Amino acid sequence: MTPRAGITAVLATCALFALASAGCARHAGRTTIRFWGMGREGEVVQELIPDFEREHPDIHVVVQQLPWTAAHEKLITAYVGKSTPDVSQLGNTWIPEFSALEAIEPLRPWLAKSAGLDSSGFFPGIWDTNVIDGEPYGVPWYVDTRVVFYRKDVLERAGYSTLPQSWEGWREAMRAVKRVVGKERYAIFLPTNEWNPPVIMGLQAGSPLLKEDGTRAAFRDSAFRRGFDFYMSLSREGLAPSVSGNEISNVYQEFARGYLNMWITGPWNIGEMRNRLPDSLQDAWATAPMPGPTGPASGLSLAGGSSLVVYRASAHKAQAWAFVQFLARPDVQLKFWRLTGDLPGRVEAWRDTALTADPNMRTFGEQLTRVVATPKVPEWEEIAIRVQEQVERVVRRASTPDSAMSVLSADVDRMLEKRRWLRDRSRATGGGGSR
Amino acid sequence: MKRALPSLLVHALLILGALVTLTPLLWMVSASFMPTGQASSFPPPLLPSAPTLEHYVDLFTRLNLARNFANSLLITVGVTLFSLVVNSMAGYAFAKLRFKGRDATFKVLVAAMVIPGQVGMMPLFLIVKSLGLVNTPWGVMITGLATVFGIFMIRQFALSIPDDLLDAARIDGASEWRIYWTIVLPVLKPILVTMATFSFLSAWNDFMWPLIVLSDSSQYTLPVALANLVGEHVQDTELMMAGSVLTVLPVLGVFLVMQRSYIKGVLMGSVKG
Amino acid sequence: MKSLTSEGRQQSAAWTFLAPALVLIGVFFFVPVLAGLVMSFTDFDIYSIGRPDTIRFMGMDNYRHVLADGEFWRALRNTLYFVVVGGPLSVATSLAAALLVNAKVARMKGFFRTVFFTPVVTTMVAVAIVFRYLLHPHYGLVNNALGFFHVAPIDWLGDPHWSMPAIVLLAVWKNFGYNMLIFIAGLQSIPEDLYEAAQLDGAGWRAQFVHVTLPSLGPTFLFVGIMTMIGQFQIFAEPYVMTQGGPLRSTVSVVMLMYEQGFRWWRMGYATAIAFILFAIMMTVTVIQMKLQGDRGQS
Repeated sequence: MTPRAGITAVLATCALFALASAGCARHAGRTTIRFWGMGREGEVVQELIPDFEREHPDIHVVVQQLPWTAAHEKLITAYVGKSTPDVSQLGNTWIPEFSALEAIEPLRPWLAKSAGLDSSGFFPGIWDTNVIDGEPYGVPWYVDTRVVFYRKDVLERAGYSTLPQSWEGWREAMRAVKRVVGKERYAIFLPTNEWNPPVIMGLQAGSPLLKEDGTRAAFRDSAFRRGFDFYMSLSREGLAPSVSGNEISNVYQEFARGYLNMWITGPWNIGEMRNRLPDSLQDAWATAPMPGPTGPASGLSLAGGSSLVVYRASAHKAQAWAFVQFLARPDVQLKFWRLTGDLPGRVEAWRDTALTADPNMRTFGEQLTRVVATPKVPEWEEIAIRVQEQVERVVRRASTPDSAMSVLSADVDRMLEKRRWLRDRSRATGGGGSR
Repeated sequence: MKRALPSLLVHALLILGALVTLTPLLWMVSASFMPTGQASSFPPPLLPSAPTLEHYVDLFTRLNLARNFANSLLITVGVTLFSLVVNSMAGYAFAKLRFKGRDATFKVLVAAMVIPGQVGMMPLFLIVKSLGLVNTPWGVMITGLATVFGIFMIRQFALSIPDDLLDAARIDGASEWRIYWTIVLPVLKPILVTMATFSFLSAWNDFMWPLIVLSDSSQYTLPVALANLVGEHVQDTELMMAGSVLTVLPVLGVFLVMQRSYIKGVLMGSVKG
Repeated sequence: MKSLTSEGRQQSAAWTFLAPALVLIGVFFFVPVLAGLVMSFTDFDIYSIGRPDTIRFMGMDNYRHVLADGEFWRALRNTLYFVVVGGPLSVATSLAAALLVNAKVARMKGFFRTVFFTPVVTTMVAVAIVFRYLLHPHYGLVNNALGFFHVAPIDWLGDPHWSMPAIVLLAVWKNFGYNMLIFIAGLQSIPEDLYEAAQLDGAGWRAQFVHVTLPSLGPTFLFVGIMTMIGQFQIFAEPYVMTQGGPLRSTVSVVMLMYEQGFRWWRMGYATAIAFILFAIMMTVTVIQMKLQGDRGQS
């Protein structure tokens, strides 16, 4: 390589970089906003863009799709690298973290300016997941919760026309199902690799999961223990097999052949059941809201789903907010439901006959009036994994309930140590708040 | 060993081994031309029933992978050229220039080769952040611009340059820069070609660091974009195979063209490395 | 006098020549490594990014917690499986390939050498994706080939007992060509008269292999063993792309755990401690390996 060739090559490379990073000075007169969507939603949302751009000819939306498995780290990296999008979808359990980072915009002023868009339009439990220390940070986009899917025909053979809505009645029904299906089959599927069922039962029994402003574990307290004992009783009585989701290679097949007859799961399985169960069984399955310790009113479930958030670093917040308003509109949410099967977060959308006519949708609609948020701390996702691990150990008899709950509490207390320290420090200095 | 292994057996095993080795790559190419859904049929077909380019078209139009291809190419070429200049200057200095602290400095560098990059990864990310290079090609490139391995290899090679040649040039009044550009670099050419190949392949194939530094899909390198894509299009076997072909093709091409000097480099690195 | 000025000139020229490399390596390697050491004694986490005043010095706490964490031991177990099962398998495959390519009767040596080496240069992400499909329980070529021998379909990536073997399979395929090259060089450096002498003593090919080939390859084994092991301890892309660490966390490696802790949960102090512990383990195993090999060489 001659010196000149070397220098030329380096210069050429630099020039190329300059070109590549210049980009996007096009779309003169229109404001371009960047939206990040996750998984399938990130793909399907593209189909809603033309409508939005027709209504807002001055705004151009560029959608970027992230897989769920990488979404969390990419959003944080973007925040650290000061390259967050203008607006994005955010799993509602991530809102505490992104608000603690001050990455997302508090929405109170924006909501105040937008007639017809406020908390009253949404399921209260879902809206609440977006509120941190009294301040709303997100607008529900689609919602997600868990209900009981069950084999109606098997339950009927066991002498039940509907699923009992109290724990005792439910457990009786499971025992009856077990008697009908026999030793090698089970009444309910509680996969040991899922934290949701034991956490739901803990919440139903009145446990806050975390206490003292989210700085201490509450897993050793009597409320969580009541829920956990109920969960464990199903496994110990042989009503639920002690297996993980991975050990059941095809849940739908097992559901079809009556190996498993109930399953606590989410709305995406309505479509899966329709596609994967044989035609002969299409009338044989149904859904029911979660039973609770003292009857229907205590049958809580999880407030899941995704919200829409605007980033503080955005230079086009007004346009980003216009897009949020658009996606939160009942008619757009209905259209999105038709495209994806994702349940609308907007209560008004649920008055549409397409939703009210479907018994499974009615189940979810009813359940959504009784949903609660998981603890709103950035550490929650990691805590949930620990819960699952310890519960699995008990189910597989590798640990006793007492020692599992104390290990869990100790682990979680350790994870929350920083939160306690931050809280104490801000109390001592008298400013800031715990976040 | 002469009479021991009969020729027939040796060749049978060699051919079998070659088939097993090549099957994944050949199937990848074949599946990338299959019409949507064909690769997921039973029994698995080996050849496309009706060869199609639709997946490649899809990659470049709908999925915009051309952008990622360009990112990868820029980063790879940039790292390669830059590292050649920087490493050859340092390698030559360590081999042929007399200066105080030479051996000590070199020893520290070589000893550092045992430290795996991960132990510095988090602070490195924070440094890249403070330089404002997160989510930029520069942030990806910085780790490859100067490498101890490159300096080491070039030094080993440069040791063979006769001192007389350099001293003669000095007596003729040539500056050290001039000696480097006009005498040393031409002599180093074989090792520079080898190192260019090494650097090209490792920069192109690098995954973990670009994955960490880049957040925006328009900035992704091809491997990161591909890993991203498989999260969403895992059922689209044929499309993913086309993406894999696109990713592997440049490195395979460079390797096949450069394989003599590349293999020489592997052996050289193993003897003294 | 003349030589003195030349020395002085070389001195300053040398540092100018070294400056770019030393600055780059200093800033982007030595500084991060030292900072990492410091960081591993702090609780640098998600709260610290925006507010550096929340960083606290924690002493050995991170190290203690890593060593008390079941997740870490699980990741270490998975990684060791990869090293202990995958390492010897990979080295054995390399040696077998080298013996075949280097066999006297073999023709087209260059062609076979290139073919066997090809996987080494391919992009890990791309071939990991290819293997995902090859290992599909129903449509994958691997199970269909096994079915030919009446082996029941294996759920390679869905069954926690088969997920690590699947990753080992990919790694062996991808890497054996590299060590093969080194073994070929080692084989070629064995003097021919050693074999001739053995033949005179009436040694068959097996005896020649055990008494001539293997001992002569001693140093090559040491190099190949250590390099393979170091690479395998740092496995990341294979499980990241093929299984995301699943099923049931059965393929989470130590580096993947570090990535998750550091860049997903942003517990950077903790993640750095994991990295240093891994480094310590690698160093220990390397030293042991060199000791063992050295002892054997002497006896």
